Amino acid sequence: MSRNTILNGLRAALRVRPGDAGREAAVDDRLRGARPGHIVPARARGRSAAERVAAFVELADASGATVERVPGTDAVPGAVADYLTHNNLPARVRLAPAPWLNDLPWAEHPLLDVSTGAARADDPASVTPCFAAIAETGTLMLLSGPDSPTTLNFLPETHIVVVRASEVVGPFEEAIIRLRGRGADYMPRAVNFITGPSRTADIEQTMYMGAHGPKRLHIVIVDEGDDRARA
Amino acid sequence: MTQAERTPRAFRDNARAAMADPILRRVLPSLGVRFSSHRRAAIDRLPEFDALRDEAVEIKNHTLQHLDLYLERFEQAVTAQGGVVHWCVNAEEARRTVLKLCRSVGARTVTKGKSMIAEEIGLNPFLEANGIVPVETDLGEYIIQLAHEPPSHIIGPAIHKTKEQVADLFLDAHRAQGKTRRLEQGEEMVAEAREILRDKYLAADAGITGANFLIAETGSIVLVTNEGNGDLTQSLPPMHIAIASIEKLVPTLEDAMTLIRLLARSATGQEMSVYTTMATGPRRADDPDGPAQFHVVLLDNGRSRLIGTEFQDVLRCIRCGACMNHCPIYAAVGGHAYGAVYMGPIGAVLSPHLLGIAEAKDLPNASTFCGRCEEVCPVRIPLPMLMRHWREEAFTQDASPAAERWAIAAWAWLAKRPQYYRLATRVAVPVLRLSALAQHYLRAHDLTRGWAKARAMPPPQHGTFMDQWRARQSTGHSAR
Repeated sequence: MSRNTILNGLRAALRVRPGDAGREAAVDDRLRGARPGHIVPARARGRSAAERVAAFVELADASGATVERVPGTDAVPGAVADYLTHNNLPARVRLAPAPWLNDLPWAEHPLLDVSTGAARADDPASVTPCFAAIAETGTLMLLSGPDSPTTLNFLPETHIVVVRASEVVGPFEEAIIRLRGRGADYMPRAVNFITGPSRTADIEQTMYMGAHGPKRLHIVIVDEGDDRARA
Repeated sequence: MTQAERTPRAFRDNARAAMADPILRRVLPSLGVRFSSHRRAAIDRLPEFDALRDEAVEIKNHTLQHLDLYLERFEQAVTAQGGVVHWCVNAEEARRTVLKLCRSVGARTVTKGKSMIAEEIGLNPFLEANGIVPVETDLGEYIIQLAHEPPSHIIGPAIHKTKEQVADLFLDAHRAQGKTRRLEQGEEMVAEAREILRDKYLAADAGITGANFLIAETGSIVLVTNEGNGDLTQSLPPMHIAIASIEKLVPTLEDAMTLIRLLARSATGQEMSVYTTMATGPRRADDPDGPAQFHVVLLDNGRSRLIGTEFQDVLRCIRCGACMNHCPIYAAVGGHAYGAVYMGPIGAVLSPHLLGIAEAKDLPNASTFCGRCEEVCPVRIPLPMLMRHWREEAFTQDASPAAERWAIAAWAWLAKRPQYYRLATRVAVPVLRLSALAQHYLRAHDLTRGWAKARAMPPPQHGTFMDQWRARQSTGHSAR
């Protein structure tokens, strides 16, 4: 069968036999994380928490996202309502089912139409949590799952992401360490790294935003008072 | 560009036509400038870039040296997550595998993310012939699908199209959906494609994507896009089929991130592409969305035969397109002239392997050997050297034209015999000095016409090198 044809062909080309203990060990070592001279860019290393957040804000902004900072999670619903109003967008949001996000005081904004769940075709805006925010490139990292359906990241025209300051990491490597820290089955179905809003340059090399995914990516960074979120 | 046939055999004719094409003349020059200046700026912001390239070379070389084992580990990880790996020796087997999967869910339409492997195996025409409608969702791929053309660039498939041409294609294709106004603004076109394709995503029975990387540690496929089309393609339909060639494999998540640090910077000059997604298995029991089935179609198509040969280095390629963005030949003729799925310097090395050197012998010659492709390649593929290998191969396999072979053989005979070589050059100098005559001579003779037609032969000014050398020695004239 084709599997054996390909594997045997590779072994013939490499001049090796199956079951070579030395090669197996080299591969196992590598998969356990042994890698010679792993370079992590200096810009992502050894910064204080405040510097990391500042670097993240700068690069997220450069990627075309908008960023605002609020003092605590309770201020998130107000920030969302204001953002939609200021941008003249429909006062309607689809929340990710993460319990802490739904427990925020959304009721204080009665003009905001709030619902919860995976995205539907006509949802104009979504609000989701994230797993990590990576200062190295201003990139958000979202994990699919019951708390954060992946369609919310792509279907609506406006995607609002709530980042708690403790979720801001330096390099990608730090985010991966946190990912493995989730336990034995650490990979969700989808890990989405998002750097700015959707765009295309496929028509005469001119950049247009909102090709298929969100036209606007708004990031709300919560600086403190996220005790509730940690629970 | 109008072409008699889009095959590498027609390269010379196609290149000539391309250089006379007013649209390409308008589009191509800005392309090179834009991509290369953006790349330069991104690299200047990352002092570790060159060190990361070395690291990427090590990662790829290590993986290729253990590819059999990593493929087994990858399959184990995919299976453990509830996905299925399908091994395909050649294009035919890959096409049939995809068709079988589509039929297993009774698929009528499938959405597609941009995939060079799908181009390589000719997937779209095959699916259409079997009653399944493939819908390209990357805007550039969508445009060329409407135009019934192949991609002209690895990362910008429709860069040869003007806004006006896109407007006409959209008017034609979207009329049935009630879009009867010819659009003028780029924004409107992007918005209209978004609206039309939105319904396709929601209606599709399967989503087919490529993969920029495969990760052995987790059994993930990594998909990099700027539009988000790949993510809608893989998360909305009930089945996700990822097609990837075997050399896309890397060991760990960290290895993937190191390569990703190079990819967007080399391709478009972005720090990161907008969306980098790691997809692992089908939707979990408690997932509110995502595909119920996850399949990885692994394609060899002759790649395993490159291992252990002088061409192995080409398997490090991460398909960023930097080589073609910096190639003076690509900038002159565009992607279609190559007549092959892969264009530019990387295509000149890959195509003879995929199609045979007899078919693609002109492509390794489509180079000035300026070396920019190797200079910018994030994984340091020695592209000029590999093109030279193919030229040698074409010569030894008798694939090159008789006149060219005769001329090279004659030159080789002379070059190995200094006394005759000097005699020949001494005779040639006064002849060539009659410049008008020389140009006429070179253009009139079969042996030299091809070479002289596009080149001006400067008349030699002062005798042969050896004559000048001797003259300087005897007058005590020092070489400067």
